Amino acid sequence: MRPGRVFAFVATVALTTATAAAGQSSDMTLPPSVAAGSAFSIATSGSGKAVLYVVGPGQAVRHDVVMGQPVSFAAGVLYNAGHYLVILAKDSSTDTEALDVVPAPRPETLGFLAQPSRLPVGVHNGISGAVYVFDAYHNLITTPMTASLELSNSSGTMQSRSVPTQNGLAWAEMDSASKEGAVKFVARIGGISSTRIIDQVPGDPCAITISAQPENGKLLVQTAPVHDCSGNAIPDGTIVTFTETYDDKQSTVDVPLKQGIARVTMPAYKGSKISAASGVVAGNEIIWGGGR
Amino acid sequence: MIKYVLIMSCAMSLPMAALAEQQPTVNMEPQQLRGSRPIEKQTETAVIRDYLAAWQSLQSALDHNQAALLDANFVGPALDKLTNTIEEQASLGIHARYHARSHDLQFVFYSPEGSSIQLIDTVEYEQQVLDHDKVLATKPVRERYLIVLTPSEVRWRVRLFQADVQ
Repeated sequence: MRPGRVFAFVATVALTTATAAAGQSSDMTLPPSVAAGSAFSIATSGSGKAVLYVVGPGQAVRHDVVMGQPVSFAAGVLYNAGHYLVILAKDSSTDTEALDVVPAPRPETLGFLAQPSRLPVGVHNGISGAVYVFDAYHNLITTPMTASLELSNSSGTMQSRSVPTQNGLAWAEMDSASKEGAVKFVARIGGISSTRIIDQVPGDPCAITISAQPENGKLLVQTAPVHDCSGNAIPDGTIVTFTETYDDKQSTVDVPLKQGIARVTMPAYKGSKISAASGVVAGNEIIWGGGR
Repeated sequence: MIKYVLIMSCAMSLPMAALAEQQPTVNMEPQQLRGSRPIEKQTETAVIRDYLAAWQSLQSALDHNQAALLDANFVGPALDKLTNTIEEQASLGIHARYHARSHDLQFVFYSPEGSSIQLIDTVEYEQQVLDHDKVLATKPVRERYLIVLTPSEVRWRVRLFQADVQ
C-alpha cells in the first residue's frame, strides 16, 4: 500500500472508530440475534438518509435507509447462519454493530453418509452412519437433537440406535446381519428421514470340502457347495485354487465357482496330493490312490 | 477524549495494515474425536494445511470479489454460499477483507471410512468492509466456526463452513 493510501486508510478507520468511541450512541438498534430466514427489523434514529449494509462471509445485503424509520428485512432475505457486520453509513459518520444469524430451529434436510454401500455379513460395527441436520437454508443446526438410526430388512427392524447430535452431527456404528441381502439404513431427526440401501454379501468361505473321482484317465476334482460361516452361499465367480503336488512338482489351477461349486480335471498321478483353497480358507487334502 | 481515541485508533489501525502481511498463529487443541477411527498424523497435517489454504483463498476471493479463487479449496454448500456472497458484494460495489490473526483448531469427528472430518476453529480475525476503496467499517471478530472437510483428488476441501452462533 502506498504511503498516501495508508494515511487515508488510517484516517478513515480512526475517524470511524473515534466517532463510535467518543461516546456517541449508535443510530441503530438491532435484535440480539435472528433466526435464519425470518423477518426482522432494525430500528434507526435521527434524520436524513443513509445506507445500511449487512456483510458476512455468508451474505451481503444493502438497504437504503430513511433515518428514524425502521429497516425491515422480509422473511427469506437474510438466511445464511453466521456472524455479520451491520454498517449504517451516514453522510458524516458510520455506525457499526454485529448481528448473529442462527440456524432456523426446524430441521428440513439431512445429510446422511452411510458407509459402506456393500459389505460382508457378520461384520461387527461394519456399517457406519453419520447424519448432519440442516434447516431449510442448509444451515447446520447445532442445537442438540435426537437422531434415530435404524437398520431393517423385509422382516423388520434389525438394529436401532438413538443418538444425540453434537455440533450438528449424530453418528453410530452397527453390525451387518448374518443373512445376505439388501437392508435399509434410515436416519430420522424431528420428522425428517433419509434412507440408504446397504448390500450385505456373503463373507469368506467357512470351509472347503473337495472330492475326486476318475474320469477318462484323469481326475475330476470338485468342491462341495461353498458357504460362509452363516450358511450363505458364496457367490459364483469366487475363485477356488486347486493345487496338485506330485514328485516334487506342483501345479495350480484357478477355477471360479459355478452354481456354488468349483470343478476341475487334473492329471491322475498315483500318490499325488490335491488340495483347494479360497482366500485364506484351505480345504481338505486328497491323496489319490493313497486310500483317502 | 477524542484525541486519545484517535491516537488509539491509529495505533489499532496500523497493525491491521501490517497484519495483512502476517500469517495467523495456529494452535491445536487435543482431539476430542467421536467415531472409531483416530486421525493419522499425516492426515492431520494435510487437513490443517488445506484448511489454512482455504482461509487464504477465502480472504483473497472476498477481497477481490473473485469466486474462482475458491474452487480449489471449497466444495458443495460452502462453495455455493461463498460464491453467492461474492456475487452479492460485487453487485453492491463492496468488498470485504478478512484477516485471520489466529486459529484454535480441534478435531471432533473423523468418519470410519475416512470420507469426512469435522473440526472446530475458534478464529480471531479482523473484518473490514469497503465500498470500492472507502473503508466503511473495521471490526475485530472472535468466532467459533464449524468446519466439515471431505477429501478430493489431491487435497481436503471445505464442504461446510459456518460460524456457530447460538
